[in-house]
Amino acid sequence: MAAITIEGVSKRFGAAMALEHLDLTVTDGEFVALLGPSGCGKTTLLRIIAGLETRSSGRVLIGDQDVSDLPPAKRGLAMVFQNYAVFPHLTVFENVAFGLRMQKRDEATIQRQVKRAADLLQIGPYLDRYPAKLSGGQRQRVAVARALAVEPAVLLMDEPLSNLDALLRLEMRAELKSVLKEAGTTTLYVTHDQTEAMGLADRIAVMYKGVIEQIDTPTRIYSKPSSTFVGGFVGSPPMNFLSMTASAGRLACAGFSMPLAHEGPVLLGFRGEDVALVKADQGLGFEVRVIEPMGSHLLLTGMVKGERVRVVAAPQAEIERGMTLGLQLDAARVVVMDTQTGKAL
Amino acid sequence: MPTSRWLPYMLIAPASVFLAVFFAVPLVQTIVLSFDGGTAGFLGNYQRMLNDLNFNVSIRNTFMLVLTVVPLQMMLAIGMGLMLQKMQKGRELVLWIWTIPLGVSDLAAGLVWLAILQNTGYLNTLLFHMGVIDSPTAWLNAETPVTLFIAVVVAEIWRSTAVVLVIIVAGLQLIPKEFGEAAEIFGAGRWQKFTRVTLPMLKPSLQSALILRTVLAFEVFAAVYAIGGRNIPVLVGEAYVWQRENQNYSVAAAYAVLIMVISLAATAVYLRLLREKPEAQA
Repeated sequence: MAAITIEGVSKRFGAAMALEHLDLTVTDGEFVALLGPSGCGKTTLLRIIAGLETRSSGRVLIGDQDVSDLPPAKRGLAMVFQNYAVFPHLTVFENVAFGLRMQKRDEATIQRQVKRAADLLQIGPYLDRYPAKLSGGQRQRVAVARALAVEPAVLLMDEPLSNLDALLRLEMRAELKSVLKEAGTTTLYVTHDQTEAMGLADRIAVMYKGVIEQIDTPTRIYSKPSSTFVGGFVGSPPMNFLSMTASAGRLACAGFSMPLAHEGPVLLGFRGEDVALVKADQGLGFEVRVIEPMGSHLLLTGMVKGERVRVVAAPQAEIERGMTLGLQLDAARVVVMDTQTGKAL
Repeated sequence: MPTSRWLPYMLIAPASVFLAVFFAVPLVQTIVLSFDGGTAGFLGNYQRMLNDLNFNVSIRNTFMLVLTVVPLQMMLAIGMGLMLQKMQKGRELVLWIWTIPLGVSDLAAGLVWLAILQNTGYLNTLLFHMGVIDSPTAWLNAETPVTLFIAVVVAEIWRSTAVVLVIIVAGLQLIPKEFGEAAEIFGAGRWQKFTRVTLPMLKPSLQSALILRTVLAFEVFAAVYAIGGRNIPVLVGEAYVWQRENQNYSVAAAYAVLIMVISLAATAVYLRLLREKPEAQA
């Protein structure tokens, strides 16, 4: 086990800046998810840590050791790939044993550690089979077992669940979490799926255009996004933003008011489930345009002062299209962003 | 619709008819001809072939050429293919240049190497000007069988490695790069990565390339004939001599059938040796 420290890592592809002077620390035993849309640089960062990609500047430390210029094998890490990269010409046993064999460990150790990893991921019955005879989920388990068998200081995972179907993904997610908690391995996990990041990670680093926008616990990332990007990217429905103007120490309009030490235009952000639906004259006027029954709740899309807003209502709420309701916001649960920079004030 | 039922058959008909007329029929005729020994009986032509003064030496030369050329070509092509994989820029250009010999007929290739290696050829001229030799040296005589053999090997490698290369390059491109990366991460060195991951995953392509090249190598003739004439007898060359000079089509047919049998046997051996375990197929 070891911590991962990224110090000022940058990566240029020609003129394009893929990573811009990035700092990140994953503490010993911690699970951090790198979350962001495609092209945000999250996979590039993971590959730089793995040693599969060169960096333009900066340092990568694993534990106390600067591994920036070491080949992948010397960094004490293991990796799980998006397409699993389970060797088709080797049995499941030999796949899991691959890293140990490369380290020239003795046969008893190989047998013991393969068995341990196989038990942990419940692939014991398939050890003699070839990967072609396994389902996607089972291959995924083999890939994770191969990574854990070498008892790595650090485990890197690149969208490991994205090739599985939805139900299997849900199942593997929970299992992965318990397996990794048990192994206690420091893990950096790349994903574009926010529910995966929220469900698995101790902390989430939200990346956008080569920088880390915010790194925090899933709960705080969700409720206190540091920028309009994070608020809009994390959560379904995404956070609502209303354009407002603050003056005289207050942010106020018809139906809402809160103290704010800022002058001028701002964005008021709030989550769709953080509002109370009240009568039209008691809150922000909300004209219902679309009602989507989602089973556990109703998703309402409508307009507030000419801007689109999505809110969540109880499944039995008697709401019809065209109605005007009032939205009551809790000042403790809103975020205020600078209109220009999109950053939280 | 009735047309749609017959359409597939109609579409493959031209190719089938062409193959039947120009391949299957001559094949059967050749086999029949080879067993038509007249007064000498059923195996008479084969008897004459076996008793031929050049038979043993042509068998030996052909096998020596195949066993030298094909392994060297495989190694070269794999090496070249791996180098191409590493190239960032100009890959297409290099591949294009490397495959130019594909467009040269084997007789022309033989003549090119003859022009280089004969007494008054480019090699001797160069060596003479460099002061290495005092007078033109013969490389391609019956008296210099080793250099003659080497010359044929070089010409064959130059001429036909590109076929293997094209197959290997296509095979290498089919291996997702994550396999090599996974091998690296889990501690495989270059050699281990090559032997434990790349080579096994390349097996289907190696099999195709080996079969194709070996079958063609057993049919080696034009380049040999251009460079060495009859100083280095090979099987197809003997078939040619029996047909052209001896005007004996039947013994030539026996040679042809023998070459076919050898090719089929080699193919069977490759298929067996390089067979993928059915459960390991991706």
